[in-house]
Amino acid sequence: MIVVENLHKSFGEAEILKGISTSFEKGKTNLIIGQSGSGKTVFLKCLLGLFTYEEGTISYDGKIFSQLTEGQKRDLRAEIGMVFQGSALFDSMTIVENVMFPLRMFTKMSKSEMEDRADFVLKRVNLPDAHHKMPSEASGGMQKRVAIARAIVNNPKYLFCDEPNSGLDPKTAIVIDNLIQEITDEYQIITVINSHDMNSVMEIGEKIVFLKNGLKAWEGSNKTIFKTDNEIVTDFVYSSNLFKKVRKMYLEENE
Amino acid sequence: MRYLHNIGTYFLMIAEMFRKPTKWSVMRTLILKDIDDLIIGSLGIIAFISFFVGGVVTIQTALNIENPLIPRYLVGFATRQSVILEFAPTFTSIIMAGKVGSFITSSIGTMRVTEQIDALEVMGINSLNYLVFPKTIALMLYPFAIAIGMFLGILGGMAACVFGGYTSLEDYILGLQTDFDGFHVTYSFIKTYVFAFVLATIPSFHGYYMKGGALEVGKASTTAFVWTAVVIILLNYILTGMMLG
Repeated sequence: MIVVENLHKSFGEAEILKGISTSFEKGKTNLIIGQSGSGKTVFLKCLLGLFTYEEGTISYDGKIFSQLTEGQKRDLRAEIGMVFQGSALFDSMTIVENVMFPLRMFTKMSKSEMEDRADFVLKRVNLPDAHHKMPSEASGGMQKRVAIARAIVNNPKYLFCDEPNSGLDPKTAIVIDNLIQEITDEYQIITVINSHDMNSVMEIGEKIVFLKNGLKAWEGSNKTIFKTDNEIVTDFVYSSNLFKKVRKMYLEENE
Repeated sequence: MRYLHNIGTYFLMIAEMFRKPTKWSVMRTLILKDIDDLIIGSLGIIAFISFFVGGVVTIQTALNIENPLIPRYLVGFATRQSVILEFAPTFTSIIMAGKVGSFITSSIGTMRVTEQIDALEVMGINSLNYLVFPKTIALMLYPFAIAIGMFLGILGGMAACVFGGYTSLEDYILGLQTDFDGFHVTYSFIKTYVFAFVLATIPSFHGYYMKGGALEVGKASTTAFVWTAVVIILLNYILTGMMLG
């Protein structure tokens, strides 16, 4: 479990995170949602250890990140998989080399073992024939799947995704969402997704943390978000007429 | 104030570059790739420029010697001194600041923009060691390229002499041998090692710490070239004063 307590982060005079406390459980897809500028990305980067924070603690299965030695932090990072908004694939490497990269860096596997493992995860993300393409030759959806394959290749305990659906068509976005949820369930990892895609919220939000102005404004799931009367959340989530109608229908059906 | 901050960050970057080394099997591949990109890939332009500038130095020296009391072998002597002392180490390094420097800045800057550096950091990899260290090691072979430049510069001068009829081959070779001081070659290679370090680290600094998008990558490449050239010229002055002054 990842537990965050009273997290504060500022850039100069601007306080971005104003005391966030929450937790993320194993085997669940946890979504951080909120408007642009609400502090989602800063929160995610604090979780990843890319930003230091002034106050509060983040613990990974009981290990408080700020109290770890450099070596322990390195070991912990080897257990983290990350899918970046723009995929962040290494453009000088082929797709299979990208996927094998964490294995080359952190394991003593032989080349054939690495190739077998990369082959397995590429098949798992439905990319069985893309091994020798360069990232620039792959579509946005393929790049996202390669990024997921790279993130899970070393059997991580924690998977972080920053806007995994951005720039994808709705159908591909659902495929990526479902893939992340299946992998989370299959490997029992802790998945934290930063998103403002309402389809993702409804589809895979087993736990949802809603941020507003650097504070946690609401916490729940895709089941409870229909019933909440928290205006801050409903204003954001049901801002489109379509979602307003969907919510109305859901509430009528479940009355 | 901003300049002082940047200078401090540059030295911290160099210290960080040597910490938490990348696995040797991976580093070896990176070094070999950078040798190919930065050294082997530059040999053509170094050879071309050296040969023709050597020829131009010879022609201009020959054309400016009108006094019959000045011996003709001076053409070879002047070409040798110009090429070994200044042209090969300094002038070529400024050209390389444009070619190699902008390549380094734009490749690292693009990695910054596309979050590839963040991806390395999240994995627990020292991104400065992974990106900058192999380039620095690869450029330690830069004096090898400069040695080729020296040879071809002198050869270019010889070709200009012989085929242009400015002086005889015997006079040119006599000039090359006249008052030869081996320390001048040592001085030249010491300068080249220092310039190689500058060529690897200043463009890396501008790429690594850039902020923004594609436009800023272009701006960072230009800034990197300007600063690399300025530092090379200043260090050239200081090193010449220290070693020959």
